[in-house]
Amino acid sequence: MCTYLTEKIAIEGSGKGAQGWFGLSHATVYVDHPVHAGYAHTVNIDFLNPAIGPSARVAVELTEEDALALVAAIQTALAAAPAGLASRNQ
Amino acid sequence: MSDAITAGSVTITGHGGDQIEAYLARPLDPAPHGSVVVIHHMPGYDAATKEIVRRFAVDGFAALCPNLYSREAPDASPDDASAAVRAAGGVPDERLVGDVDGAARHLKSLEGANGKVGVIGYCSGGRQTFLSACSLRLDAAVDCYGAFVVNDPPPGMPSSMKPLLGLAPDLSCPLLGLFGGDDQYPGPEETAKLAAELDKLGKTHEFHTYEGAGHAFFSVDRPSYRPEAATDGWARILDFYGRHLAA
Repeated sequence: MCTYLTEKIAIEGSGKGAQGWFGLSHATVYVDHPVHAGYAHTVNIDFLNPAIGPSARVAVELTEEDALALVAAIQTALAAAPAGLASRNQ
Repeated sequence: MSDAITAGSVTITGHGGDQIEAYLARPLDPAPHGSVVVIHHMPGYDAATKEIVRRFAVDGFAALCPNLYSREAPDASPDDASAAVRAAGGVPDERLVGDVDGAARHLKSLEGANGKVGVIGYCSGGRQTFLSACSLRLDAAVDCYGAFVVNDPPPGMPSSMKPLLGLAPDLSCPLLGLFGGDDQYPGPEETAKLAAELDKLGKTHEFHTYEGAGHAFFSVDRPSYRPEAATDGWARILDFYGRHLAA
């Protein structure tokens, strides 16, 4: 769609990018053209730390179906673990 | 006439006097040349865009593509730079116009420049092409499937992005529009509204909509590539610039 419409949230955790592991501060989610996936549009998710620089990024480009399946898988995995086990306040 | 060109990165003065990166390609023969500012698509200042810049040089134009993400991500890969700029809210329209103006001034300063400058942009750059052609004194503009020229940008877009149709009376040069019949952004009804407005205003324009093509049909490295539309589109672009950017 070539828009700047982006869901952006603050997050805490780590990601592994081209330069190795780094701490994450934000995630963005947007539906737009992918760089690599073989579709005109995909659901794109970036895990970022802008304080380190633009290259501190873990990126995925997913189909709509698979993005929704990922959401469900996250919920299933969390439901199978004791509540709060992976919480920020564990 | 020699077909040799030179190409590489340069530094130009963009909006607000900022020094920004740009990719320049130009013919080596001494004949006077028209110039083209290339506005890259939203995925950034990438290899495919640099190939477009070189293509213009091979066809006899000096071409320059400013890296619109130069400030936020000067040394990052194009996709990382694009993601960083997106996360920061995008390129403000005012800054875009300043960067295109800087690129046009740089091209006019080159030896052999004939003083004529065109602009071309793809995807988001299509919208930015129309914005530039309505904001600057240029000699020809090519909008390749730019959305949100007529229709309002959706809620949530950066506040600096205003609807552009109201700028149409200020269009300073002939406009070539190349669109895909299957594209939704812009859809055929949006480009038809733009054509009708330009007709009403007496602004010179040539629009072509390719059936069987959608958005980004010029992108040779993407599944949206449509060889017939792209080949015909390139021929129309070179003919258009040949007519309007000649000495």
